[in-house]
Amino acid sequence: MISVSLIRAPELSLRWIPVWRRNLLVWRKLAIASVLGNIADPLLYMLALGYGIGSFVPEVGGMKYIAFIGTGMVCQSAMFTSSFEAMYSAFSRMHVQRTWEAIINAPLSLDDVVLAEWIWAATKSVMSVMAILAVVLVLGFGHSWLAFWVLPLGFIVGLTFGAFGLVMNSLAPGYDFFTYFFTLVLTPMLLLSGVFFPVDQMPAALQGVAKTLPLSHAIDVARPLLSGRIPDNIPLHIAVLLAYAFVAYYVALVLTRRRLLK
Amino acid sequence: MTAGTGQEGPGVPRPSRDDVVLAVAGLRKSYGDNEVVRGLDFAIRRGECFGLLGPNGAGKTTTLRCCLGLTDPNAGTITLVGEPVPKAAREARIRVGVVPQMDNLDPDFTVTENLRIYGRYFGISSATLSERLPRLLDFAGLASKGAVSIRTLSGGMKRRLTLARALVNDPELLILDEPTTGLDPQARHLIWDGLRQLLSQGKTILLTTHFMDEAERLCSRLAVIDHGRMIASDTPRALIRAHVEPEVVEVYGDEARRWADARGRALADRIEIAGETAFCYAKDAAALLADLGGQNGVRYLHRPANLEDLFIKLTGRELRD
Repeated sequence: MISVSLIRAPELSLRWIPVWRRNLLVWRKLAIASVLGNIADPLLYMLALGYGIGSFVPEVGGMKYIAFIGTGMVCQSAMFTSSFEAMYSAFSRMHVQRTWEAIINAPLSLDDVVLAEWIWAATKSVMSVMAILAVVLVLGFGHSWLAFWVLPLGFIVGLTFGAFGLVMNSLAPGYDFFTYFFTLVLTPMLLLSGVFFPVDQMPAALQGVAKTLPLSHAIDVARPLLSGRIPDNIPLHIAVLLAYAFVAYYVALVLTRRRLLK
Repeated sequence: MTAGTGQEGPGVPRPSRDDVVLAVAGLRKSYGDNEVVRGLDFAIRRGECFGLLGPNGAGKTTTLRCCLGLTDPNAGTITLVGEPVPKAAREARIRVGVVPQMDNLDPDFTVTENLRIYGRYFGISSATLSERLPRLLDFAGLASKGAVSIRTLSGGMKRRLTLARALVNDPELLILDEPTTGLDPQARHLIWDGLRQLLSQGKTILLTTHFMDEAERLCSRLAVIDHGRMIASDTPRALIRAHVEPEVVEVYGDEARRWADARGRALADRIEIAGETAFCYAKDAAALLADLGGQNGVRYLHRPANLEDLFIKLTGRELRD
């Protein structure tokens, strides 16, 4: 049951900052393992598929295949990192360690905590994009200073998927629940959004689906940036990502209040 | 968020008459059809230790959650350190410390980091924290453990650290939810010593417990609640006087039940049988003792009535889950 007090507008304050800082401090203790965990997967994909498939598919959409897939991996890592953080890690803090419970006995509201976790998930996306971008640049696929704009893009992608993750977190009975999100949402998203191959090679119906997926909008911005061009329709792509982000954040907030403020 | 001044609250002077640190009136809370708190009224005065006693499921924890603004009551008013709750719960919590029922220290941090990071949630400046932390570590008996990961602490140490953490904002009211549940006797005594020390410094404490010795040692006033209602409230001594006969003879052994039925009932004002023990309550136990002196097959203990007798009388002997 959702009561009136659960759907009230977010009650925001700057008190989220110490919670974000707390997460940063924990991350710093485990930074190397954490960065490796976040980027090993996308790097392996990029190198294996980039050189493997790239050897018989030399160019896709005017780019070397490895550069093509490199931009896909930038977005993929932003998506996975924030999803993972907002599900497994946030769930540990909320449910297993009861860290949130301790925090809301201090003068923070649950709204502050959810906001902090959301922004923290997006922050981690930026960190993983930074790591992938470094590899892309070292391999010589950066082309221009425009490439650095994928960092703020990573933050926005992190907000979108971090918010999705927080919705899952608010509903999860245990860690296993998050598998649904990976297999039913993230994997299809990865395959349909133009990470591994261009969307315009798919049947029209699937192309229509792709247009609704946040990851494909992220890729439409990231790919030109990494090939040295200014993307088309930036406001549209960003608006779609942010719309998903804010709606999901609000849903996550209401559901988390329902779960914890009993 | 203004660092350093957060724990002092708003800059306006507090009304001098706020001797009442927490006032609860007509509090009701339901989950679906289940009314867990059914009209509670109580007030806690500055400097006292007030105990909420009740069996499991009596509504103690729900009452605390309402008082902290962590859940909205269905009816009633709450004023915590002068602030209306839930409306200004955040402002109220700036000046309140909480020891939760289950430990929720941050496992990724050391002892000192746990205190420092918790202090930041209150907006306390680093300088103020650096000055307070050594005293808090001393208080918790963890001065030598500051740099140790909390994963290596014993249950008693964790509780003491949780208590120290609740003091990081120098609170006007300290709320403890079953502070010694799950601790061994040595660890419990250390927590009690700490709480008595705080009371002697003039701190105000609200605690819930179902340990009668804990309530008897610490609380200046008590409220016994059951099924969401208050059934009695006063000082421990006055409660016992009002509700229980002053002398108790506990009779044990195989013959206890037979003796109670044959002879005890006539000699005591009231008898309760629990398992192999007969609890005989009397204004004057002399007749009981004289009779028991000549009995074989029973052992007995003569003692004054205590809070446990009161609690059992008011809430019954049946098991609660």
